[in-house]
Amino acid sequence: MSSSSSSSVGRRDIVALEGVTKRFPGIVANDSIDLSIRPGEVHVLLGENGAGKSTLIGMLSGLQQPDEGRILVDGKPLPITSPRHALALGIGTVFQHMMLVPTLTVAENLLLGGPWWQRPKTEELAARVAEITRSLGLTVKLHAKVAELSLGEQQQVEILRAMVRNSRLLILDESTSMLTPKGIDELGALMRRLVEQGLAIVFITHKLKEAAAFGDRISVLKLGRKVGEIPPERFRALGEQEIISEIVELMFGKQKDDPEAVERAVRADAAPLLQVTDLAVAPTDNAPGLSSISFDILPGEILGIAGIDGNGQKQLAEALAGQRATTGGSVRLEGAAIEALSVGERRQRGLRYLTDDRLGEGTVGTFPVSINFFLKQVGAAPFWRNGVEQRAEIDKRAAQLVRDYDVRTPSLKTPVARLSGGNIQKVLLARELAEGAKVVIFNKPTYGLDLANTLASRQRIRDTAARGLAVLLISTDLEELLSMCDRIAVIANGALVGTVENTDDARTKVGRLMIGLAA
Amino acid sequence: MSIDTAPTASATALDATSAAATRRDILHRLLMTLGPILIALVIAGCILLAVGVDPLAYYGFVLEKGLFSPLGIQQTLTRMAPLLFLAAGLIVAFRAGMWNLGGDGQFLLGAVTAAASAPVLVEIMPAWLALFCSFLIAMVVAMIWSLVPALLRAYQGVNEIITTLMMTFLGTSFANVLVKLAFRDPSTTVPQTRTLPVEDRLPRLFDTTITSGLLLGLATIIIVHLVMTRTSFGLKLRIVGANPRAAVHSGLGVPGLTVAVFAISAGLAGLAGAVDIIGVQGNVRADWNPAYGLAVIPAVFLARMNGFAAIGFVFLLSVLSIGGESAARRLGVPNTFTLVLVSIVLIVLALAEYVDHRYHQSRKA
Amino acid sequence: MTGLFSEVFLSALLFGAVTAAIPLLLAGLGEQMSEKAGVLNIGIEGMMLAGAYLGFVGAFYSGSLWLGFLTGAAGGVAVALIMALLCVRIGLNQIVIGIALTLGLEGLTALLHHFQFSRSYPRLPAADATVIPLLSDIPVIGPAFFKHHLIVYLAVALVFAMSYLYRRTQLGLNLQAAGDKPAALDVAGIDVIRTRTIAVLTTGALAGLGGAYLANVGAGLFIPFITNGAGFLGIVLAMLARGRPIWVLFGALLFGVCLSLTTAMQVAGINIPTDVIQMLPFLAVMIMLVLFGRRASLPAALGIPYERGAR
Repeated sequence: MSSSSSSSVGRRDIVALEGVTKRFPGIVANDSIDLSIRPGEVHVLLGENGAGKSTLIGMLSGLQQPDEGRILVDGKPLPITSPRHALALGIGTVFQHMMLVPTLTVAENLLLGGPWWQRPKTEELAARVAEITRSLGLTVKLHAKVAELSLGEQQQVEILRAMVRNSRLLILDESTSMLTPKGIDELGALMRRLVEQGLAIVFITHKLKEAAAFGDRISVLKLGRKVGEIPPERFRALGEQEIISEIVELMFGKQKDDPEAVERAVRADAAPLLQVTDLAVAPTDNAPGLSSISFDILPGEILGIAGIDGNGQKQLAEALAGQRATTGGSVRLEGAAIEALSVGERRQRGLRYLTDDRLGEGTVGTFPVSINFFLKQVGAAPFWRNGVEQRAEIDKRAAQLVRDYDVRTPSLKTPVARLSGGNIQKVLLARELAEGAKVVIFNKPTYGLDLANTLASRQRIRDTAARGLAVLLISTDLEELLSMCDRIAVIANGALVGTVENTDDARTKVGRLMIGLAA
Repeated sequence: MSIDTAPTASATALDATSAAATRRDILHRLLMTLGPILIALVIAGCILLAVGVDPLAYYGFVLEKGLFSPLGIQQTLTRMAPLLFLAAGLIVAFRAGMWNLGGDGQFLLGAVTAAASAPVLVEIMPAWLALFCSFLIAMVVAMIWSLVPALLRAYQGVNEIITTLMMTFLGTSFANVLVKLAFRDPSTTVPQTRTLPVEDRLPRLFDTTITSGLLLGLATIIIVHLVMTRTSFGLKLRIVGANPRAAVHSGLGVPGLTVAVFAISAGLAGLAGAVDIIGVQGNVRADWNPAYGLAVIPAVFLARMNGFAAIGFVFLLSVLSIGGESAARRLGVPNTFTLVLVSIVLIVLALAEYVDHRYHQSRKA
Repeated sequence: MTGLFSEVFLSALLFGAVTAAIPLLLAGLGEQMSEKAGVLNIGIEGMMLAGAYLGFVGAFYSGSLWLGFLTGAAGGVAVALIMALLCVRIGLNQIVIGIALTLGLEGLTALLHHFQFSRSYPRLPAADATVIPLLSDIPVIGPAFFKHHLIVYLAVALVFAMSYLYRRTQLGLNLQAAGDKPAALDVAGIDVIRTRTIAVLTTGALAGLGGAYLANVGAGLFIPFITNGAGFLGIVLAMLARGRPIWVLFGALLFGVCLSLTTAMQVAGINIPTDVIQMLPFLAVMIMLVLFGRRASLPAALGIPYERGAR
């Protein structure tokens, strides 16, 4: 944990923020934040979604300008006017959403940004890359198209890009969200080697453990404010558990846990509500296929699907919902085969799919909240009669759903995209859990939500199961699955590699399955 | 100018001040429409000045001939008939997010088939039935013409801009081939179709020269507007237009809806051709192409895909083109000046919308 | 019938095909560059008209074809500048503005032509051909391909220059990134707006040049609506070429042959409406699309204005 190099006191900040404030319509994203970033240090920015981490990075990387306060580079006040300027100052950023051109090769992506009249200096690049990768112990396929790389490989390319450009400060935004546990450890080791070479790293995460494991200094953000900082001296003096409890206190005030799970009765004697047998889906250009997926879910049961993102979770959910063509296998709902039915027919039978892509496919952002409640029922009575919209009925029911699900919206006619992620999620929950649901598929239901909304969503899911419905819970957050599921199946490369009962040793078993070992 | 922001019918305000807010909203819209038109008139006036024409005299003449003279207004209203059908077709397509730029080809094929069938049919059946059948034939032919781009878009994901553009070139030539080879009137030397006798054409309104096609056009565009805003079918199309992935997720049959959109849009363009022939022209001459399709697109944009607003803009367009045609004869200003004017209005309006949007944003922040 | 297959006829046909193909080639290459960078340029027809008109005016008053090409290209750039400002810089809808520019330039060039030339309809003298030694002596092929104005050879050379630009230069990488993932280009330190502006202005120059060629070399005069859809054909060619300049050349030649065939058949007095032949290239392309119509690979961000920091 400790590194001797970071002990030298009085080392100058590479970059410092003084009273930086940034406002967006309706919110203060950053409220007079002070921050000092020093060479040889991993500075962890910890905070929930919406705490203002991304905005802070936007300003450091030149994408956004502060409204108040100033940014000092090497002790001198200096506005960072553009991404180009940030790069010139030695600030390299690895964004949460990959910033690589999928149709270009790795080499071409690394070369992007040179003077336009020049020929790309491929040989020079290859030599430079070889030098860097050797010192960091990475391997990079320079001539592969980026679209063919895994997300982890793409991330290494992004780090490499920052290094090729001689960055003094490397910003990593939520970089572990799509890595395997092993990949996360490797990233941690890589960061350590980088700071030992004298680099400064800003590491953004919302995971406490990573903060404690990889950091030298931790700043905690909450609702746009910096609520606390643990400097390196103090960091080294404390043990991991003490650090975590201190952070939790900073972030949440006091220890706040999920409410104790309600006792749910899984009716083990009942017939399964959902039976999936040998389900197969053909792979496409940008998505893995599925092969012989089989599982049952009993009434009142929550079956979790664990796995690294991109291993076929979305394909599984879409195949079950009827959105994606299957190449084989059967899906039975209450014993009746539904694999030949359309999306709408499956929904009518009681199969519901709550998508993880809330704005991309879950809602029509420019349409009002009220209509978005009924997107999957367009034309159905009593909201439409003979194809004619019944506004009064729609508004009455929508108003009721807004109350029941506590959707915070200025009005029913507000375009749904203007709501926060948590409130959009409530609209989706209201839509999918409405009358007639029997089996509900939740795909990453708490992804990107703040703590309060996360807890509320989890409670909805538990309640759903308690009502006797079958629940399939797909999540990349192992903690979430462990806290909610009855059984957890692990998906890897489009196949279920094992299913474990959620008992005390489930964590180890699932973890082993995830990295390709037998449970 | 985004097509996603079409006001949704079911939007009902929770608060009681909504009536006042809607009034202010309408006023604002009116200002945002008339203001840019005025600015565009001034800019276009400068162009007239530059070529040595007195803009006031020109505008006065256009208004006089297109709006205030009894003959002019009748011509203007008659001109509106096909334009309204075309606009209705474009509203369906654009709201569903499909760029049917092939209106001219569909229009001409509708016109040619109507011109070919009507004179034959009136000889064997009652006139009203004959005209009805001709309308039907024109509509179906135009629908079939749109089938290839529709299927390519629905099942292969081929961009419809390119395919409808090609089909419109193809259709224009094909319509000519039909006039010259298949449906040529043997009794004339100029290549054209048989002429529908005036008494068999669509009746004129009262004692005027205005075609009753105007009423059909008005009814059509209003029905289209209501279908798009008040029915489940219209909502489905708007979902496909605003977020195709949400449409798939919601279980809508997107390929089927895509084909339906093309069929409706093209069918209406075909009807536009038929109404122009059966109501006004009486026959199709070879190489006849009024290119209404491309001209109506701006009007539909300016109306923000709203049917009622589109009626207004189509009226304006008709006044300008009828007045412009007279001005071409009398003042020597070619009627292509109308195109310049429409283009400037479109650009200024788009700019005004942008400025307005930015102003609101900065005020909120 | 013998007239159809005589050497003279055949080489005249091919000569006409090349002449007809050059404006399409230039328009297609120009459109391709805009599309690569993520801008759908429907205004290209307007740019060609501006180029045709100003190219003719320049050549007519200066007496120099080359000056005409220069003013033509400048005219295209002027229209492209409006497009770049409205669609790239402030992000207005590319289809709306494109159609507005096309309509506006149709009207404007017809209007100006009316007041300047409608009484006299002046013509330019026939363009000087640059005869390529040896090659031009080959029967049929020689007179068809190697006795053209110098600009024709330059236009064909441009195809290869463009290929090199896209594959081997930094600017080529930048353009592709601007069309496929503009945010990645931005964080790499290259201004997306500037890259797209360069692309649109280049499109304007090429389209303007194509228009000037059409008026000055192809027709020898300017008439209203002279482009007659050539710009739209350029869009079609660019979309079908999937980012490869060489395919624009092949496509332009195919259309050129059909256009030339219509004139040739009129001359030969063959009794088929020219419209039938005009339909052929479109028919061929549509059949190709139906048979092989997999997704025409278009850049991911085509038609979407770029706004920094927008999610």
